[in-house]
Amino acid sequence: MTMLDEGPDSPSEAANPELERRAQRRESWRGFFHAVPAYAYLVAFFVLPLIIVFVFSFASRGRTGRPILENWNVDGWTRLTDPLVSTIVGRSLFVAVLNTVLCLIIGYAFAYWIATRPKQSTRTLLLILVLIPFWSNFLVRTYAWRILLDSDGYITQIGEFTGLWGRMLFTLPAVFLGLLYGYLPFMVLPLYAAIERIDWSLVEAGRDLYASGTRAFLKITLPLSRPGIIAGSILVFIPSLGAYVTPDILGGAKTTLLGNFIVIQFGAARNWPFGSALSGAILIVMVLATILYFRSGARTV
Amino acid sequence: MDGQIAVGLRGVTKRFGEDVIAVNEMDLEIRDGEFFSLLGPSGCGKTTTLRIIAGLEFPTNGSVQIYGEEMGLRPPNKRPVNTVFQSYALFPHMNVEENVSFGLRMQNVDDVEVRRRTGKAIDLVRLSGMEKRRPNALSGGQQQRVALARALVNQPKVLLLDEPLGALDLKLRQTMQLELKDIQNEVGISFVYVTHDQEEALTMSDRIGVMNEGELVQVGRSEDIYESPVNLFVAGFVGDMVFLPGEIAESGTVRLAGGETVQAKTNSAPGTKVTLAVRPEKLHLYGDRSEAPSGRNAVAGTVTRRIFYGEALYYEIDIGASGAFDVRVENVPSAKRWDVGDDVIVDFHLEAATAIAE
Amino acid sequence: MTLHEGALTGRRVERLLTINGWLVFAFLYLPILVVIVFSFSGAPNVGTWGGFSLRWYERMLGNDPLLHALQNTLWVALFSTIVATVFGTAAALALDRYRKWVSGGTFDAILYMPVIIPDVTMAVMLLLWFTQIGLPLGRGTIILAHIAFNISFVAIVVRARLANMDPAMEEAAADLYASRWATFRRVTLPLIMPGVLGGGLLALTLSLDDVVITSFVQGPGSTTLPVHVFGLIRKSVTPEINAVSTLMVTASMILVFASLAIQRRE
Repeated sequence: MTMLDEGPDSPSEAANPELERRAQRRESWRGFFHAVPAYAYLVAFFVLPLIIVFVFSFASRGRTGRPILENWNVDGWTRLTDPLVSTIVGRSLFVAVLNTVLCLIIGYAFAYWIATRPKQSTRTLLLILVLIPFWSNFLVRTYAWRILLDSDGYITQIGEFTGLWGRMLFTLPAVFLGLLYGYLPFMVLPLYAAIERIDWSLVEAGRDLYASGTRAFLKITLPLSRPGIIAGSILVFIPSLGAYVTPDILGGAKTTLLGNFIVIQFGAARNWPFGSALSGAILIVMVLATILYFRSGARTV
Repeated sequence: MDGQIAVGLRGVTKRFGEDVIAVNEMDLEIRDGEFFSLLGPSGCGKTTTLRIIAGLEFPTNGSVQIYGEEMGLRPPNKRPVNTVFQSYALFPHMNVEENVSFGLRMQNVDDVEVRRRTGKAIDLVRLSGMEKRRPNALSGGQQQRVALARALVNQPKVLLLDEPLGALDLKLRQTMQLELKDIQNEVGISFVYVTHDQEEALTMSDRIGVMNEGELVQVGRSEDIYESPVNLFVAGFVGDMVFLPGEIAESGTVRLAGGETVQAKTNSAPGTKVTLAVRPEKLHLYGDRSEAPSGRNAVAGTVTRRIFYGEALYYEIDIGASGAFDVRVENVPSAKRWDVGDDVIVDFHLEAATAIAE
Repeated sequence: MTLHEGALTGRRVERLLTINGWLVFAFLYLPILVVIVFSFSGAPNVGTWGGFSLRWYERMLGNDPLLHALQNTLWVALFSTIVATVFGTAAALALDRYRKWVSGGTFDAILYMPVIIPDVTMAVMLLLWFTQIGLPLGRGTIILAHIAFNISFVAIVVRARLANMDPAMEEAAADLYASRWATFRRVTLPLIMPGVLGGGLLALTLSLDDVVITSFVQGPGSTTLPVHVFGLIRKSVTPEINAVSTLMVTASMILVFASLAIQRRE
């Protein structure tokens, strides 16, 4: 709507293209001003910091570990190929991918189950039940596993009793458990949104044609829920890649992941440029994933 | 205010971007107190035109005058017109009374006056008793009436309606059409009514403006539009029509493709290629020429199809190379029933058909 | 779209799905329940039951550093939520109502990236930036950081709400003589309010939840509760943490229910 102008032009003049252009420009400014606070803030406290990370990744390391903006080098980046570092990076990628896959399998079955409850009230109730732990403090949720997986924790006791496992704390499986627990809702919610929107008459038609539930599912339901799969996967994969709290609480020295490794650079290891390079690497992965997301046209928001 | 021009559009053009011309150099005069319909297919520009009058769109060019006052670039909140939207656009967080009185409150009318006028408007649309209800607790027809009251309570000089009855089912639509007409008579102001339903336009309007692709094709009373369409588009869009190709013979009659000659209203010179246009209800069927009255058009043909519509029957009559007639026969006891395969004579008045050149 | 028989793939699969459903719920809830239950346990070590007791809650209330951290948390949450909600709502309006004129692509991307970026990366970015521009770390920088990641979340929630609003509503208001401001105040704002409040609550929750970013940009003496608790967990796990955790979980739940109540109301 280009109207609603208490504009200064003589308002009772017949229209012409110049006046129309001017009115459109006024509208454009209005839109701009609405966007400016958020835009300016994010440029100041997101875009510029983003650039700084890359800048610092090429800086030299000072005595206290802080970056010195001279003697530009690519030490931080080349160190990424270091065997120790690449092990950590590799492990983190493995963890992130595996976590995403696990979340996808379990999450899809779960979201599908909720979405296929016939009554709207049931579905809403189930969703609320998923939201409650999701909104609970992340720290607390991770800490809970710490208790359960400790020497006298219940999970450990069950494991010892059945002879299937021992104390899981401070091992990689513990981290997996924590990550799965933490990020499952991020997968379930977009999946639910996508599955719920599916036009089931299409599936019915498919059953008609394929005469098999599995094939109808693979050929119709699954592709139709693709936007949810992509959104959920990104929402799980990227944070998993940079996970810090979970591996810190549930993992140990042998399970150092990228997140922990980066934090160490700004702490004990005192190597800010290297920490920046590592962060930059994650950012690149993240940007690529975002582009993929927007390209695939899967906008659930 | 009789005889005055309520809405005057001169040279109004609306362009979107570089290539989309929604309204093209439109001149239109809507008279004081008349029920005027803008009729046309989707995308013809009728809604855009209405929005330009309302002030919801800027014209790229041209002048819009309401009772002689140039509206220019005035925003909608400074124009003495009100709109009834297609989706009703009732405020869901306000009840009926608050919705209806909204415009008055925005104009800072005092409370006593607000209450009085709001009550009158709600009575006018026969929704008394529903004041405290929210829109989502009303039926489609009731919501439509609230939208109407909300607009009329402000006593606009002109009321604009954008396909207000589109969402209602047939019976309700027909009832509302009559109610709207009554209300317009009672209130006395001009209504500008946008619709794609030609039946609706014909029944309700004093005058109709037929639009196609941004242009005003024909303006006139319902009867004129129906009986004397200026071109094939109007002829085909408004009501059912039988079209047969032909050309004007030296005698001024129309020679059809198969050689038959018929008389028709025409302005074209001999030799012009024309399309013969005649309404199905103006055609009559007889067994042979002797039964048909003399001094009228008569064409021989064979019944190829018969469709029963309840209130009437439609016969498709194949007349050979010239094409086919669709004949509408009222379903009355005296009407003879024809069967497929019967040889018949299609008869019609000399003035019943128009030959349109295109 | 109503559900038809065709959506289900047979009784056996249906049963498996249901079992999976219940297992997932158990998986999601049991850990939290364990923490809550054990916060009332009198035993000195975590994880064993030692009779009902409130001693850990008493200890918590007397714990000064903890209370100080709580105070910081609340201040930070309050300020950052209010600012983020205002900015985010304005941004959502810009994107929805003025689509044609706000350069969509870049703005969209900038607005959505904070949602998916890992905490660690954001923490590093802000720490480096604050250091570079010479801003002393303290409660202020925490607030700045929280606003940065919350704007996007608010914008997303409000945007979803705006998308459901008939644009004719605002046109009708204008047609009925409302000025721009009156239209916003009387029509637009009431209609998007559930979204604004929902977004605000989300921002509040995220602020109360945050550990990594806060720990990077905090200064001496300005720590927040989650960061403080995180520190406690790393040092040694004591039952007192159970009590704090239970309180934090309860606060979250209250926020969830509040947000749901708001969504209901429309």
